[in-house]
Amino acid sequence: MIDLSINCELVRNILVRFIHSEITRTGYKRAVINLSGGIDSAVSCALASEALGPDNVLAIRIPYKTSSPGSLEHAQLLIDQLKIQSITIPISDMVDPLIGRFPDMSKIRKGNIMARARMIIAYDQSEEFHGLVVGTGNKTEILLGYTTLYGDSACALNPIGDLFKTQVRQLATELKIPQEIIDKPPSADLWQGQTDEAELGFTYEKVDQLLYLLIDQRYQISECVQEGFEEEFVNLVANRVQRFQFKRSLPPIAKISSRTVGSDYLYFRDWGT
Amino acid sequence: MKITIALAQINTRLGDLTANLEHHLSIASEAFQKSADLLVFPELSLTGYSLQDLVPQVAIQPSKKDPIFKRLLQASQEIDMVVGFVEEDTRHRFYISAAYLSKGEIVHIHRKVHLPTYGIFDEKRFLAAGDTFRAFDTRFGRVGILICEDFWHVSSPYLLWQDGADIFLLQSASPGRGVTDENIGSANWVETINRSYAGLFTAFFAHSNRVGFEDGLYFWGGATLFDPDGKQVALGPYDKETITYAEMDLNQLRRTRTRLPLLRDERPEIVLHELRRILKHD
Repeated sequence: MIDLSINCELVRNILVRFIHSEITRTGYKRAVINLSGGIDSAVSCALASEALGPDNVLAIRIPYKTSSPGSLEHAQLLIDQLKIQSITIPISDMVDPLIGRFPDMSKIRKGNIMARARMIIAYDQSEEFHGLVVGTGNKTEILLGYTTLYGDSACALNPIGDLFKTQVRQLATELKIPQEIIDKPPSADLWQGQTDEAELGFTYEKVDQLLYLLIDQRYQISECVQEGFEEEFVNLVANRVQRFQFKRSLPPIAKISSRTVGSDYLYFRDWGT
Repeated sequence: MKITIALAQINTRLGDLTANLEHHLSIASEAFQKSADLLVFPELSLTGYSLQDLVPQVAIQPSKKDPIFKRLLQASQEIDMVVGFVEEDTRHRFYISAAYLSKGEIVHIHRKVHLPTYGIFDEKRFLAAGDTFRAFDTRFGRVGILICEDFWHVSSPYLLWQDGADIFLLQSASPGRGVTDENIGSANWVETINRSYAGLFTAFFAHSNRVGFEDGLYFWGGATLFDPDGKQVALGPYDKETITYAEMDLNQLRRTRTRLPLLRDERPEIVLHELRRILKHD
């Protein structure tokens, strides 16, 4: 049995301190977060609220006209529970003119446009609210590349990016996130009826166990198969992780000078703080 | 003799020598007011840990003339202290170093020997490695200093032990990894190692680890002091910037070693003999 249990109290404590440290050291004291109504953004919001105080957190509800009404309601539940600040900015008027130019536009394109419109809103509110954008991407989606580049993956800091989806669920319980949010099927809600697990073709519970062996424990593919995972599934996931490496990297720079930013000009972001 | 040791688990400003110096001086003053005799700062306490290309910018050639050391040495008139910094030698090699300062003098400098360059660590890319382990005399007895990865190699404290060290002062900038157990995984390991060393070498093992974050690296604090029986005398809190004070009853060395004469019965000549054989055959 592969056990992905975490010590939630310990993790909560570290992540709250992380958010506080990363935001205050840059001279800020506030955070903005796109609150989808799902579990990941709920957890990021709860952590940020604990780190900075509810008045210093702005939750942004960003529905599209086809978004599930449940998403908005669940986001509101959390806003009410945490007593954080909130604003609702529908994106239909923003994205429909672009989508309307291409009558045959695929779901993927539409979804990416929506994700990037939400990013624009988060960064705009970041300026207005004087807060940094706190990310909501978990380790599973980062590894699987199940995210829109420069869309939902864009943020100033990410407290939950080293937690698998099933670990985010554990933390959600610790943080007393409303049970409806924890229990509902995960969805990017980019089109009606979309669920992560249907789109990916496997459950988070299963893929998290495999990713834990492949990534955290450095198992070889053959060793994962020996542990009981189907070879086809292991290969599918391993290939997917490799295919989406580009989403986890900064764009490569052609290195032609005597010193290249990011290559041999190396400083931590926290330099001087 | 009983002395009070102060373990300063501080946060640092990455690459800001001036700010970190002021922080050191204020902590030294506070520890002196609390009657501490010896103050131990964490690894790279004057600079922060994740330096990368900042290394040459924060490097110091330690002397009484250096403006940073000058002020630390002044403070050492009141309290002995171990500080962490980047040392530059005369040929411009850079080391992770720890200096023991007392009564206005630089008593000893240890250059970190084992530079971790794997996983999240990248020290050898930016820094040179030291090549000696030397115990040295202080007004409290003979001391050995180890910096973080140094004490993950059992040979390091062993050599200092054989060189006469009874008080081991360990500095770290140890990132917390592993959140499945009651405590941070790396904290468990470090505490286990320190406790084992104290018991096996029948000596005092003090550990000072920093707190705070650098680009998401999480330093967990949790300063410890173990006595020659392997008993935990002090444990600092995790995460918080704190000075942990603990009494070191140096007479415990005599009592423990009378009961358990591991030092008396150690056979370093066999180690030497066998190592010569082993290394020749390799």
